[in-house]
Amino acid sequence: MLGTAHDNPKVAALKEALLSAAITFLVMAPISGIVLKGYAFEADFTVPVYAALIVFVLRLAILLLEQNETGRKILVRLSPSKGGGVTVAKPGGVPWLRFILPLLFIAGLVLPFFLGKYWLTVVILAMIYVLLGLGLNIVVGLAGLLDLGFVAFYAVGAYMFALGSQYWGLGFWTALPLAAATAALFGGMLGFPVLRMHGDYLAIVTLGFGEIIRLVLNNWTSFTGGPNGVSAPNPTLFNLEFSRSAKIEGNIPFHEFFGIPYDSSLKYLFIYMVLFLVVCAMIYFVNRLRLMPMGRAWEALREDEIACRSMGINHVTVKLSAFMMGAMTGGIGGVFFAAYQGFVNPSSFTFFESALILAIVVLGGMGSVVGVIIAALVLTILPEALRDFADYRVLIFGILMVVMMIWKPRGLIRIHRPYFRVKGGKA
Amino acid sequence: MSLLRVNNLSMRFGGILALNQVSFEVQPGSISALIGPNGAGKTTVFNCVTGFYKATEGHIDLDDNGRHTDLVKVLGERFRVGDFFNPKAFGDRLYYKALGGSHRVAQAGVARTFQNIRLFREMTVLENLLVAQHNQLDRNIIHGVLNTRRYRRSEKQALETAMHWLEIVDLGPDANRLAGELPYGHQRRLEIARSMCTSPCLICLDEPAAGLNPRETGELSRLIRTLRDEHKVTVLLIEHDMGLVMEISEHIVVLDYGQVIAAGDPKTIEADPKVLAAYLGTEEEEGHE
Amino acid sequence: MAGHAGILINSKSILLQKTFRCSTMESHILGQQLVNGLALGSIYGLIAVGYTMVYGIIGMINFAHGDIYMVAAYITAICIAVLSFFGINTVAIVLLITLAVTIFIIALYGWSIERVAYKPLRNSTRLAPLISAIGVSLILQNYVQVSQGARTQAVPTMIQGAFRFGSETDFFQITYIQTLLVVVSFLSMGILTWIIQKTSLGRQCRAVQQDRKMASLLGINTDRIISTVFIMGSSMAAVAGVLVTLNYGSFDFYIGFVTGIKAFTAAVLGGIGSLPGAMLGGIILGMSESLFSGLVNTDYKDVFAFSLLVLVLIFRPSGLLGKPAVEKV
Repeated sequence: MLGTAHDNPKVAALKEALLSAAITFLVMAPISGIVLKGYAFEADFTVPVYAALIVFVLRLAILLLEQNETGRKILVRLSPSKGGGVTVAKPGGVPWLRFILPLLFIAGLVLPFFLGKYWLTVVILAMIYVLLGLGLNIVVGLAGLLDLGFVAFYAVGAYMFALGSQYWGLGFWTALPLAAATAALFGGMLGFPVLRMHGDYLAIVTLGFGEIIRLVLNNWTSFTGGPNGVSAPNPTLFNLEFSRSAKIEGNIPFHEFFGIPYDSSLKYLFIYMVLFLVVCAMIYFVNRLRLMPMGRAWEALREDEIACRSMGINHVTVKLSAFMMGAMTGGIGGVFFAAYQGFVNPSSFTFFESALILAIVVLGGMGSVVGVIIAALVLTILPEALRDFADYRVLIFGILMVVMMIWKPRGLIRIHRPYFRVKGGKA
Repeated sequence: MSLLRVNNLSMRFGGILALNQVSFEVQPGSISALIGPNGAGKTTVFNCVTGFYKATEGHIDLDDNGRHTDLVKVLGERFRVGDFFNPKAFGDRLYYKALGGSHRVAQAGVARTFQNIRLFREMTVLENLLVAQHNQLDRNIIHGVLNTRRYRRSEKQALETAMHWLEIVDLGPDANRLAGELPYGHQRRLEIARSMCTSPCLICLDEPAAGLNPRETGELSRLIRTLRDEHKVTVLLIEHDMGLVMEISEHIVVLDYGQVIAAGDPKTIEADPKVLAAYLGTEEEEGHE
Repeated sequence: MAGHAGILINSKSILLQKTFRCSTMESHILGQQLVNGLALGSIYGLIAVGYTMVYGIIGMINFAHGDIYMVAAYITAICIAVLSFFGINTVAIVLLITLAVTIFIIALYGWSIERVAYKPLRNSTRLAPLISAIGVSLILQNYVQVSQGARTQAVPTMIQGAFRFGSETDFFQITYIQTLLVVVSFLSMGILTWIIQKTSLGRQCRAVQQDRKMASLLGINTDRIISTVFIMGSSMAAVAGVLVTLNYGSFDFYIGFVTGIKAFTAAVLGGIGSLPGAMLGGIILGMSESLFSGLVNTDYKDVFAFSLLVLVLIFRPSGLLGKPAVEKV
């Protein structure tokens, strides 16, 4: 870059690495090096110096590797995969899946009995994110629509349950379908005008919508309780309440009915069970969708919208169906979140939540169900285990998004297209 | 009665008049061609006919066995003053504004292929053909999730139709490959099969022979004939390969600078001095180039 | 809402109190809101330029742009603190050095972000650069938060005083700093417009914007032009960051997010891809937001701005000065 024609390549590499290091230092020095303390500051340039050193070493290593044969081979192996990472599934599917799936199902059902209350709550939260990830995966992964305000639908679901029970006495089971429908309705109202426009606008409009919902929840104090939030009731099972004493007249607490001692984790156990079944249903649903005309149309639309229109597919309604389906899932997730946490306030529904769910979909590989499940579990359980790094969580998600897009834009899990069995050339 | 009537079609992009009062007709069951030098506006005509551009002026009408469709109206037009006094016209226009678009044109029976092939590259060949049958399938979510008999029947039929077309274009063995992996010539044929899966009455082929070798071009011309003779579909094509055009088409429309300069059967066109001038350039025009 | 709404117009200077049910709208309050709106709008306009130029040239919404502006606010405060540490207190010199340093560092930010996070994705799927941009936005926010702390930062008031209009008790004012803000904004916009319209570099930018492939065939180094566009957009955001810090005096690591969406709204309102459109959109948005918060409700002023975005996209997606896009088939 700076080198003249006379430079030997090693010197040129050194110069370029130095330049990269200098830029890194200049970019990082003011923010990390000079920390504001009121109108004064404290200077400490250790971080930018180390960062510049790391950049220097890495850049130099890459430049030098590029200069010889074996080095280039190493780089090619590390470089982003160009193939797209999509293959056609093998005929007959995976045989061992029929044994693994029931085993996993049973394992999921008995798992909570072996967990303490703390880990049970962590797993519930992780499952909620699995659900949200699956929902957003429909929108982003299958239909290729970037929804940055997914948290809005999550909030709609959570508040539907909390406010519904406060104002209209809605129970958990009534709130569930109602929240799904309301969230889908919101999705439809937002999506219909916006989805007919150029795709990227959707991203910014949903981003704005997420903020609108949060601001309204925050400011409409008389209805939503503002920043203090609203409490959400415990879920019930056939009018049996999961609390020490019945809150609603006529109901009996669960533990009294069965004559077992009261345990506060009973509520979580119940939520886990219902949530687990909902997630399983969702997984089945999404897998079926990919084989159905609707799911196929979503993916086709992601591949080439113009071609879809030339075949008579109404791109607006097809996108809308994906968008609403995602919103619906978000709403359901919200009800579980409200029930799990016992109360909701707007601070749970910031843009960061949307970004986290998006990170799950991106890491899992857009369109891959298994990938999304694994990513959701990893991204929610890992931070619990690594509490010391809590401050850097967002930073890591951000880096993860950029690196994934550059290195493996289709996610870590390979995507399989369905195989169709056709007999001897004729169907 | 002609299948497609294009009447005084004009298209303006900013200050450029890309099409100027273009009129032509396509007879049912014919193979017609739209030719002209580069930049003459052929693809613009195609994009107007297939609903991707909204014509600035003019009418495009489709009459398929007595079913009439106004191909401009279904795209959704601006409101006119009269609409505000006529609730029916207002409702009509609002309906197409909200739910209209190029897909309506396709639903009316106009299928097309693209100059730069537009396949769903990361989906399999069969999936490409199944997507094309979207509107004929059982799209009820509940049927699909529960895998009902009605749903299975509809999917099975779609798969049969898809295989049927794959056989016709000779791609049977590629059924379960990714569309993007196919060789170029196969992709061209797959795109034709895909547009045929929408069961159209008119298929518009945009430079179907581009990038094909002479053998493949020969196969293509047989395929186009088969489409018309056996599958009763009208063909309208844009093509630069004059050999192919003269060989298969019955009616030719010549465009130059956005205007129709000649129309007729291949013999007439071949002898038309204006067409020769447009293609080879007249004496004074050569000076500009 | 309660009967009173307090409107914090300038955190240091004045606090306007007025009753909510205002039947006789005093013209001075209206005037004050318009002045504040013009100042706010100039800021939106400056940031919108970055969105509009990047969108025009590579068709991507640079979500990190709002955060670039946020970083600029921090650099401004750091620069002022460092200068005062070295005993440089002359207002004009402090301002000039701060402006120069901030523009330089923020341009470097813009350049490196493009180089690291967007350039490798030039030929990727449509969603990839958008997601990468979201990632960069998160990185910047968290990086600043971790390095500088989450609390609100402040800078000392450097320029005091105002032009006052009206009587002693019933007046509206244009502070000197607001005047400076509007003048510098328009000046920067003027310089940028001159670069784009009159210089060879600007001609190359416009050529790449119209047809990147064709421009590169003509020998224009498109990668370099794209980098330049990022540098120019970031410089404008840097100017906005400096001005905002001087005018409002306080900021935190989260300001880039909301301001970013609003500036994008301004860009869409003016017509995406159009430079004068960005400034016009910014001023219209700033003024209408200011009037909304003055006349209707300040709590919902962001809701108002975002709703405006949705409405513009529905009814006039090509904006006020933009050309309707023709889809390439």
